[in-house]
Amino acid sequence: MMRIGVNFFSAIGRRVIEGVWRLGYVTRFLMLTLLRSCTSLTRPGLVIREIYSSGVLSLIIIAVSGLFVGMVLGFQGYETLKTYGSEQSLGVLVALSLVRELGPVVAALLFASRAGSAITAEIGLMKTTEQLKALEMMAIDPIARIVAPRFWGGVISMPLLAAIFSVMGVFGGYLVGVVLIGVDDGAFWSQMQAAVDVRHDVVNGFIKSCVFGFAVTTIALFEGYDAPPTAEGVSRATTRTVVTSSLTILALDFVLTAFMFKGV
Amino acid sequence: MSTDNLVEISNLSFAYGKRPILQGINLVAPRGKVIAIMGGSGCGKTTLLQLIGGQLRPSKGEVRVSGQLVHDLDQQALYQLRRKMGMLFQFGALFTDMSVFDNVAFQMREHTDLSETLIRDLVLMKLHAVGLRGASKLMPSELSGGMARRVALARAVALDPMLIMYDEPFAGLDPISLGVVGNLIRRLTDTLGLTSILVTHDVHESLKIVDYVYFVSEGAIEAEGTPDQIRASGLPFVHQFVHGEEDGPVPFHYPASSYTQDLGLGARK
Amino acid sequence: MGRTTLDLWVGVFVAAGLAALLVLAFKVGNMRSVNLSDAYTVTADFDNIGGLKPRAAVKSAGVVVGRVSEIAFDDKTYEARVTLSLDKRYTFPKDTIAAILTSGLLGEQYIGLDAGGSDKKLANGDKIQITQSAVVLENLISNFLYSKAAGGSDKSPAPAAGAPATQGTQQ
Repeated sequence: MMRIGVNFFSAIGRRVIEGVWRLGYVTRFLMLTLLRSCTSLTRPGLVIREIYSSGVLSLIIIAVSGLFVGMVLGFQGYETLKTYGSEQSLGVLVALSLVRELGPVVAALLFASRAGSAITAEIGLMKTTEQLKALEMMAIDPIARIVAPRFWGGVISMPLLAAIFSVMGVFGGYLVGVVLIGVDDGAFWSQMQAAVDVRHDVVNGFIKSCVFGFAVTTIALFEGYDAPPTAEGVSRATTRTVVTSSLTILALDFVLTAFMFKGV
Repeated sequence: MSTDNLVEISNLSFAYGKRPILQGINLVAPRGKVIAIMGGSGCGKTTLLQLIGGQLRPSKGEVRVSGQLVHDLDQQALYQLRRKMGMLFQFGALFTDMSVFDNVAFQMREHTDLSETLIRDLVLMKLHAVGLRGASKLMPSELSGGMARRVALARAVALDPMLIMYDEPFAGLDPISLGVVGNLIRRLTDTLGLTSILVTHDVHESLKIVDYVYFVSEGAIEAEGTPDQIRASGLPFVHQFVHGEEDGPVPFHYPASSYTQDLGLGARK
Repeated sequence: MGRTTLDLWVGVFVAAGLAALLVLAFKVGNMRSVNLSDAYTVTADFDNIGGLKPRAAVKSAGVVVGRVSEIAFDDKTYEARVTLSLDKRYTFPKDTIAAILTSGLLGEQYIGLDAGGSDKKLANGDKIQITQSAVVLENLISNFLYSKAAGGSDKSPAPAAGAPATQGTQQ
C-alpha cells in the first residue's frame, strides 16, 4: 500500500518535472524563432506561401462554420428573447457573442485542427525524412527557413480568419433573424451598433484572436519540431497539437476575458 | 599530419549521455580519394558523419576539416564550412514539396545571387551528370529509390563542395541502381576533384569503388586498409563481415542471460 | 514559378480579412460614436446612482453625447462621484442638470443631460451642480404603499407591514 502511494507521487513528480522541462524548451524554441525571423522579413515570399497554406486553405471551413454558428445563434437567441418580448435585441445578442467570444474562440479551435495539425504533420515528416538535417548540412538554418515563416504566416492569418468568422456569423444571424423570422431590419442593426463598442468589444476580440494565433502556431510548430522521427511519433504529435492547442485556447480565453471584461 | 588530408580525426570519443558510441577513433580522408567506413548496423557510423558535419560535439578528441577544428567553430563559421560540404542522406531527404529541379536549385537560390537562367543551366548540368535531366519536372514522390538517391547526389554536388559524405548510399537499392550509384560516386569524385566519405555496410559494392576502408565495430576501428588488403585480411571480424557469415566475432545472439534459464529449464533441475 | 496565383489568393484572403475587420468596426460596432481622444470630462455627484455602470451612455435629448468613464464613492460627502467624458463637438451650459434615467421599465440606466440657460459653458474638469439621483423601484413601490396605507385608513394593514421589509433590501 505504502509502495503504491510512493509510486503514485513519484509518477506525479516526474510528470511535473517533465512538463516544466517542456515549457522551458518551448520558450527557448519560441525565442529562437523570434530571433531568427529576419529571413522572413527580407523574403516575404516565404511568409506569403505560409499565409496561403494556413490562412487561405482554412478560409472555406471558417466562413461556412461562421455562417452556421450565426444562424444557430439567430434561432436560439430569437426563441429566448421572444419570451421577454425583446426580439429587437437579437442583433445585440448575435453580434456580442460572436465578436467577444465565439469568433475568436471557435475560429481558433478550427484553426488548430485545420492549420495547426497540418503544420505539425509537415514539420514532423520533414524531420522524419531527414529534410531538416539536410537543410542544416546545407548551411541553412531550419528555424529561420522553415519554422519562422510558418510562425508569422499563422500569426497573421488567425486574426483575419476570426474577423471573417464573426462577420459571417453576424450575416448568418441576420439571415435567420431578419430574412427568415422577420425581426425588424432597422432595430436589428441599430441596437447592435448601439451595444457593440469598437474599443471594448471589437478590439478586445481582435486581441484575443492574435493571442490565440500566437499560441496555436507556437504549439503546432513545437510539436512538429519535437516529434520523434517515426510515423507513430508524428501522428501522436499531431494529436497532441490539436488537444494542447484547444485546451490552451480555452484557458487563455478565460484569462483574457477576466482581464478584459471584469468591470462590466 | 600532412595537409593532403581534408578530414583528420584523432583520438575521437563520443557518448550519448553515459552510453559510449565511439571510442578513440583515428581516421584520415586524403583529398581526392573515396574512403569507406564500414561496420554492422548501429555501430556509430552515422554518428561519425554527424561529428564531421558539426551536428554533434565530440566528448573527447578532435575533428579537423580542411585544417579547421569543426567543434570549435561558432555557428556562422560552421555554416561557412558546411557550404563546402555535401551530404547524401540515407533515403535522399529530398524536399518533398519541391520538384526535382527546385531541389537541385535550392542551395544555389539560397546561397548565391546567380540569375535564374544561369541556375537553370547549372541545374540541368548537374542532373545530366546523374542521368536524370529528363526527370527535372517530376516530384520526389514520383521517383524510384535509386532515382531519388541520384537526385540527392546531384543536389549534394550543386555548389561544387570539396567533401561529400554519403550515409548508406546503397541501402534498399536493386542491383542495377546499386551499380549506377556506386559508379556515379566514383566518377563524380574523380571528375570534380572531391573527397568522398562513404558510410555503408554493403561490402562488395563499396570495395569496388573505394580507395581505403575503415572497419568500425562497437565504436572502435577494428581494421583498415586498401580494398585488396581487406579482401586478403585474415582478421576474423573482417573475414566474417566480408563473407557475410552468420556467427563469428560479431555474435548472432544479442547478449542475453542463459537460454536454458530463460526457458525455465535450469530451475526445474 | 506559379507564384502569381498564390499571391492572388493570399491577396484575396488578406483583403477579405481586413474588410471583415472594417465591417466589425463600422457596421457591427459603431465607430462613429464617441471617440474618447476627442472628449472632455466633467464630474457629477449623485446621492444614489442605482444600477448605473461604467461605459453607460450619456444622452441629451435622446442623442448619445458621451459615456460614463468612472464611478467612485466619496467618503467625505457619502455621495457617488461619476465622471463623464463628453464629445468635444457638444458643449453644455454651466447649469445643466444631470439625471440618472432608465430606458424602458427594465432597461439599462443612462445619464440624461438637460441643458440650462446659462451663458457660461461647461469646461474640462468642471462639476455639474444640479443632479437628480436614480429612481429606485423599491423606494417607489414602498412610497406608494405608504401613502396608500396612510390615505386608505385601516383597509390594508398587510402591505403596510410588508413595506419596511422591501425598504430593508434596497441597496
